[in-house]
Amino acid sequence: MLAYIVRRLLLLPVVLFGVTLIIFAMVQMVGPYKRLSLYVNDATLAHVRSSEELVRLVHKYGLDRPIYEQYAGWLNGVFHGQLGYSPTAHLMVQDALVKYLPTTAELALFSLIPLVFFAIRLGVFSAVRQNTIGDHLTRILAITGWSLPTFVAGLLLLLFFYKWFPAGRLSVWTIPIVNSPDWHTFTRMYTIDAVLNGNWRVFLDALRHMVLPIVTLSYISWALILRITRSSMLETLRQDYVTTARAKGLPERVVINRHARRNALIPVATVAGWTIAGLMGGVVITETIFNYPGLGRFAASAALQLDIAAVLGFALFNGLLLVTANLVVDVMYAFIDPRVRLE
Amino acid sequence: MLDLLRRGTRLVWGALSRFFSSRAVRKFFLTPTSATGFFLVLAFAVVAFLAPVLAPPRPGRNPYMIPRDSYLNEPQPPSKEHILGTTSGQYDIWYGMVWGTRTAFRIGIVVTFASALIGIVIGTLAAFYSRVFGEISMRIVDIFMTMPFLIAAMVMTTILGTGIDNVMVALIAFGWMTYARLARGDVMTVKDLDYVQAARAVGASDWRIITRHLLPNAIFPLFVMATMDIGSMVLAAAALSFLGLGAELGYADWGQMISFARNWMSGTVGSPLIFWYTIIFPGLTILLFGLGWNLMGDGVRDIFDPRMRGSK
Repeated sequence: MLAYIVRRLLLLPVVLFGVTLIIFAMVQMVGPYKRLSLYVNDATLAHVRSSEELVRLVHKYGLDRPIYEQYAGWLNGVFHGQLGYSPTAHLMVQDALVKYLPTTAELALFSLIPLVFFAIRLGVFSAVRQNTIGDHLTRILAITGWSLPTFVAGLLLLLFFYKWFPAGRLSVWTIPIVNSPDWHTFTRMYTIDAVLNGNWRVFLDALRHMVLPIVTLSYISWALILRITRSSMLETLRQDYVTTARAKGLPERVVINRHARRNALIPVATVAGWTIAGLMGGVVITETIFNYPGLGRFAASAALQLDIAAVLGFALFNGLLLVTANLVVDVMYAFIDPRVRLE
Repeated sequence: MLDLLRRGTRLVWGALSRFFSSRAVRKFFLTPTSATGFFLVLAFAVVAFLAPVLAPPRPGRNPYMIPRDSYLNEPQPPSKEHILGTTSGQYDIWYGMVWGTRTAFRIGIVVTFASALIGIVIGTLAAFYSRVFGEISMRIVDIFMTMPFLIAAMVMTTILGTGIDNVMVALIAFGWMTYARLARGDVMTVKDLDYVQAARAVGASDWRIITRHLLPNAIFPLFVMATMDIGSMVLAAAALSFLGLGAELGYADWGQMISFARNWMSGTVGSPLIFWYTIIFPGLTILLFGLGWNLMGDGVRDIFDPRMRGSK
């Protein structure tokens, strides 16, 4: 068990190192002047007026040196949390990421709720009632959900529900409240801060703006989770221990909830990593649709303005997040399923 | 060379004729879902083929650029002239949908075939040759998979610049890994089977083993399954276009048609649904296309992939 976790932990830096290599290789496709924004560690780039100054900067940051030295220089910066300057945000990339992170984290946390409560339940329901009308409807729902891209689903939601659930993050009348000196900022997630401030009007307003993004974001993964839960549940229901439980005369509800469902959820845990990757891609699209000012919209608008430093910073951050998430999933998996530990 | 070509043709032809006369294929067409999927995709193929008839381009213009009547911003409802209306910037929605079908097929086919080919070659070599090469290439696959697909493609298009060709390059660069993994697994299973061992024992060359034994038994089925990903590749390209990182402005592309609709979803005061046609028609097109491929893919997977059998 310990060896398994240690092996996983040792692999982490290797994979992350590989990610930086790929990103650095991709960036070599643009010229040194465009790459400059990756290296600077202050806002000097915003004040450059002449081409002589650019040449001087290229020399200063070593962009005219051999490629491995450039890589080492860049990696050193990344290692110290310096990701370059983003002209779109008028901030250093690492500061921009920190600024936008709570907004996105709030959205991502809330969108896990419908996944856990509806997708898994529907999957179990569909398997228990196999081949009934309810099962067929659920499956049709799943395959339609699988085929309708997020950006279409999100825009349709916006078309029909804009009146009740507007885009953006807060209403015009709420913004002065959160900017007033009486407002205590704890997490910069407005729903949580509102609860801590005891201000329910802000809480409801923030939530109202989040409803459609939450639905859109969770929708990306729920079709997948539903399908996997269903097929895994179907397999579990055929196991001997389920038959034994039934033979003991246990009520069907106990058989399903206690004996079958717990075991059926093990494979669902494996797709948790994919779900997180899907959520991160989904954040970019969802936030763009609903004009929700988080990391995703920042990255999308930076990409449109060819703000390489910001987009790369975002990608690196996502790589780190995904690698860590996969590690956590693997370790948890070993705890849940004894068969993994033995390998 | 000619001999190789003839042998290849015979190989493919044999596989195809066995394929179409088999019980599995009959089952495919008798299952309502997979048959529906097949006919949906067929309908889109017909639309793509007949694009110049269904939406005649203006003479002397690049047919892939959607014609526009004026530079007026506000979308116009369906009329006699524009049967599905015009979207933001007076781009004709019907024209964009019809020629966008061609774009979709081009992106889907090129991206899927190129990434499947790259993946299968790497996967086969990784399975077939030394352990070291196999291990290294699989670690590279792991690293490529660390970045979420859409975000990696986003980085790539930011660096390369927008345009359909760059989108395709980005999707191929981060789309080959799954095939490499599958190909490696499949080839590893097959290469230890008795008939491959037997071939090796009688002194067959690596090339002969790969082309005569591994190709028809492990790689060809994987390739057929890969074609079923055309739908999802098109959706990924559309997502990039939606973000403004895909097709150039005015190019007939579904994702772009949907991004045009984005600013009009709140409608006007009093009539929130007034611009419904800007999203409903392109949205329905993409949904049907994706649904067609997914339904068909489920059917094909049932035939080709025994691991998926019974898990419907």
